[in-house]
Amino acid sequence: MSADVISMYKNKTKQNKGQDKQGRIDIQGVSIVFGSGADENVAVKETSLVINPGEFVCILGPSGCGKSTLLNSVAGYVTPSSGQVLVDDEKITNPGPDRGMVFQQYSLFPWKTVLDNIAFGPKLAGCSPDECSSIANTFLAMIGLTKIADSFPGELSGGMQQRVGIARALANYPRVLLMDEPFGALDAQTRIMMQESLLNIWSEFGITVLFVTHDVDEAIFLADRILVMSASPGSVIADLKVDLERPRKPEMATSEEFVKLKKQCLGYIRAESLKAFEQIEA
Amino acid sequence: MSITSVGNNIEDRTPDNQVGQAVELSSDKQGVSDARSAELKSTPSLLERLSALQLQSFFVGALSLLVGIFIWHLATKYNFNYFINFENVPSPVKVGGSFITHLGDPEFYIHIAVSIRRILIAYSIAVVLGVITGVIVGRSKLARAAVLPYIEIVRPIPAVAWIPLAILMWPTEESSIVYITFLGALFPIILNTLHGVDQTPDVLIRAARSLGASKFAVFYHVVLPAALPSIAAGLAIGMGISWFSLLAGEIISGQYGIGYFTWNAYSLINYPDIVVGMLIIGGLGTLSTYLIKLMMKPALRWKEKQR
Repeated sequence: MSADVISMYKNKTKQNKGQDKQGRIDIQGVSIVFGSGADENVAVKETSLVINPGEFVCILGPSGCGKSTLLNSVAGYVTPSSGQVLVDDEKITNPGPDRGMVFQQYSLFPWKTVLDNIAFGPKLAGCSPDECSSIANTFLAMIGLTKIADSFPGELSGGMQQRVGIARALANYPRVLLMDEPFGALDAQTRIMMQESLLNIWSEFGITVLFVTHDVDEAIFLADRILVMSASPGSVIADLKVDLERPRKPEMATSEEFVKLKKQCLGYIRAESLKAFEQIEA
Repeated sequence: MSITSVGNNIEDRTPDNQVGQAVELSSDKQGVSDARSAELKSTPSLLERLSALQLQSFFVGALSLLVGIFIWHLATKYNFNYFINFENVPSPVKVGGSFITHLGDPEFYIHIAVSIRRILIAYSIAVVLGVITGVIVGRSKLARAAVLPYIEIVRPIPAVAWIPLAILMWPTEESSIVYITFLGALFPIILNTLHGVDQTPDVLIRAARSLGASKFAVFYHVVLPAALPSIAAGLAIGMGISWFSLLAGEIISGQYGIGYFTWNAYSLINYPDIVVGMLIIGGLGTLSTYLIKLMMKPALRWKEKQR
């Protein structure tokens, strides 16, 4: 793969902090409460965890368990009601280009071409037009979509749009990549391809990835570590290490370790879903 | 999902699977280019079919107009009078003749030019004020609470109802006509701009913020382009209504203008000229709306290409 992108990335990120390893996420006693009084909803309750530089961590949980809310607090869209989120010892108060974000919904700007979408971050950062398009072209080549540089997002399939979305987030040379069920809307075939593609990108860049999903297979296939979240109030109930060798292969889904982890995760999630189900029944 | 069954190379090259093809990063770009060139090759036949369709609808439209004129001709020729009275309606031939006579009359062009000038002044002011107001009201809750009541109350008042007050308020007849025309264009532009701003997908704003966009950058790069299709619709509607309002103004006052021309023809019992005036109004209204749409087209190219 384009070695120049990676060396560019490493140079850039070193400049940012002047240290070799970066992208450490430190979530300290974070609670996130929406509403007040009778409508009070504790989306995340007193959660503390550390994600190490370069780690690929999946947050796994049933829908509505607050996993996206937790991710949004790292992204800076949500301010914790108590506690704080640190990325490389800097307190997060706002969204920023140091944390790349990939959304579940297609979030490319439909009026910008693919190239302009990727170049948007660098442009906001004050790059010259030439620099911007050269950065964008490099990242476009990385995802293998040079041919569609001048297409509009509306002309692309869902999988292509998401790949451009990942390239757009990376073009800012972020310290961490935050992904909120990015492959949730894709068909099963495309999804697997995207997962492999993402792992390739991640292993080359060595960037910290925080990836939210409700899909157990996806979490095991991708992650170094899986954080299982429980619903209402949302909190991390299990921190599982995934001891599968890298590079990951789709065939590993039948390996003993994979199946064992899957049973474990499903067990946690099932217990949680049952609890939520019974609460609704009662 | 079952990871087991899927290898790294899938041979199925349907366009939708292009996604999968290039995932192996650089190794499989050929798949994409194959599919792209196939797409390009199929484009001309699509264009041909499209123009054939356009040609067809053009001919159907022309034929339909001819049939209408023919019925009009018959109705006037045989003095159709059953509830609707065609006895005093000029025939198409008379109207055509009168129109051709006017083509050689300089005053006729003055009427048209005066109307167009009023439209240009009133519409330009309406576009600037309307888009600015719409955007501010769309982005600020305070501005919305303050401005919306005015819009709700003033908007339903038709142009004709404004005429007496406009004459009393404005120093010259000219300015009162321009004011009425301006009001007609203003509200559709404000409301459509507002609607467009409201419709901006939240995820795009969030994406822009995570890419480092300031409030102004979010506004300029996200909210404005997202609202543009709706703004364009408002501009086209506003143009139509400004003609509508202009005519109301010109009929009551003024010495020139195509509305005055039409009403004057009625007063002078020159019936063919009434229809000439009406058709000129219709033609200019259509033409100007078409021009607005044409001007907005380059900015909305992305919209057309959506699949």
